[in-house]
Amino acid sequence: MNYQSNLEKFLSEGKFVITTEIGPPKGADASKIRDKAMLLKGSADAFNITDNQTAVVRLSSLAGSVILLQMGMEPIMQMTCRDRNRIGLQSDVLGAAALGVRNILVLTGDHQSFGNHPAAKGVFDVDSIQLLQIIKNMRDAGIFQSGDPLLAERPNVFLGAAANPYADPFEFQVERLQKKIDAGAEFIQTQSVYNTKKFVRWMDDVHSQGLDKKVHILAGVTPLKSVKMTERMKFHVPGTDVPDTVYERMKHASDPSKEGFLIALEIIDELKGLAGIRGIHITALFWEEIIPKLVNEAGFIPRIK
Amino acid sequence: MIVTKQKNFQAILSAVGSGPVFIAGCNECAELCGTGGENQVLAMKKALEEKNIQVTGWIVLEPACHLQNDKRLLKSHENEIDRAKKILVLSCGNGAQTVAELATTKEIISGTDTLFLGEIVRANEFQRRCSLCGECLLDSFGGFCPLTLCPKSMLNGPCGGSSQGKCEISKELECVWDRIYQELKKRGNLLGLTVIQKPKDWSNACEMVRRI
Repeated sequence: MNYQSNLEKFLSEGKFVITTEIGPPKGADASKIRDKAMLLKGSADAFNITDNQTAVVRLSSLAGSVILLQMGMEPIMQMTCRDRNRIGLQSDVLGAAALGVRNILVLTGDHQSFGNHPAAKGVFDVDSIQLLQIIKNMRDAGIFQSGDPLLAERPNVFLGAAANPYADPFEFQVERLQKKIDAGAEFIQTQSVYNTKKFVRWMDDVHSQGLDKKVHILAGVTPLKSVKMTERMKFHVPGTDVPDTVYERMKHASDPSKEGFLIALEIIDELKGLAGIRGIHITALFWEEIIPKLVNEAGFIPRIK
Repeated sequence: MIVTKQKNFQAILSAVGSGPVFIAGCNECAELCGTGGENQVLAMKKALEEKNIQVTGWIVLEPACHLQNDKRLLKSHENEIDRAKKILVLSCGNGAQTVAELATTKEIISGTDTLFLGEIVRANEFQRRCSLCGECLLDSFGGFCPLTLCPKSMLNGPCGGSSQGKCEISKELECVWDRIYQELKKRGNLLGLTVIQKPKDWSNACEMVRRI
């Protein structure tokens, strides 16, 4: 069997996968990415490189992905629809594939009003579902969005998307996952899970419709570092659901970062046993150093060879 | 309706400079949203005169975007316009350009910012409704335009950031995808939302002229 990437190979072979995330720097210093990558090497099987996350200008996800490739690590290049139209996006898919990127995670992207250039014009020429379909057609049918044929190599990439079990309207989220699968998503990384009860309800629906057989689902986990961060996630970050029990535990903890770590371990423990969960996606932006410890104590070390 | 907002008076003052100026309003959209009807034109005249700027005359065009009507109406004020160095237009951006086509020797100042094509919700509230995209998509979305009303123009929404029906970018803004979902549910037509909407054909939005 020919796989596009190790990530696809591991998931297809039924191995339990760990992915994590690296945010590129607000500058041109490649060593910032290399340092984070060195820290995380061996703690995960593939590494998301974010695409100007929260609409803040950073080193590009394509360049960040190539830096990882140079280090012998496997990137998952994130692509959002906010900053490029269909011409720019398709061009970057070709460029990334030519440079050896084999996993692409497609997102619509955070609105520009959240970032450091609120005066920018958001592009949003296509949305995440349309971009999935565009890349799938480039790869499988050898055609661009317009129907024009690709003339040289097709981009052989493994395609991912995000899913949010906590989004409104709740009852539509499974349909939307189905749409992403239909459009071309082969793996899914979910929104960070704090409310496991609601997540299980969503997974039950996903499972009962057989969607977990059609797509590899990685559950998102983000350890809480402080009460302040918990409050930000609970009250300000759109689409997250931090239950009161978690908030109370963080508030009353003598060492909140230790408590946040324990909560993350408990969540991972609950998620890894769920039918249909094929891996964990750990994000800890600006707290990356906790990830190796978390992965280790969750019993996921050593990683797949 | 084309919804406009009057520019900040200081900005208008600095554009008008020492004048003299002729003021042109518009009796349709700009009048309805209180930026270019007779009342606003006269108020602007008074405000400028209080700053010792000479106003040579004024008119409310019928409407400002109508080239032939403008030709006739501006001609009837020829002498007043001749005495002015600048024409301050209180209409939408279209009206200002139509006046510019005719008054080729005058400096044209647009006194408003043109915001959107929208609904008159009540006398003092207007809401964006249409992006003039050249290919109406409303049929697929229960009569609500996600291209216009979703800040990310998602045709396969919702994005996942809305909460209790409100958009993630502003609690003031209703999530149109929540609305579309509820409307289609009421109409028993949710199946339509499972269809992948293809990328929009923007070539339809490039029309510059329409002739009948």
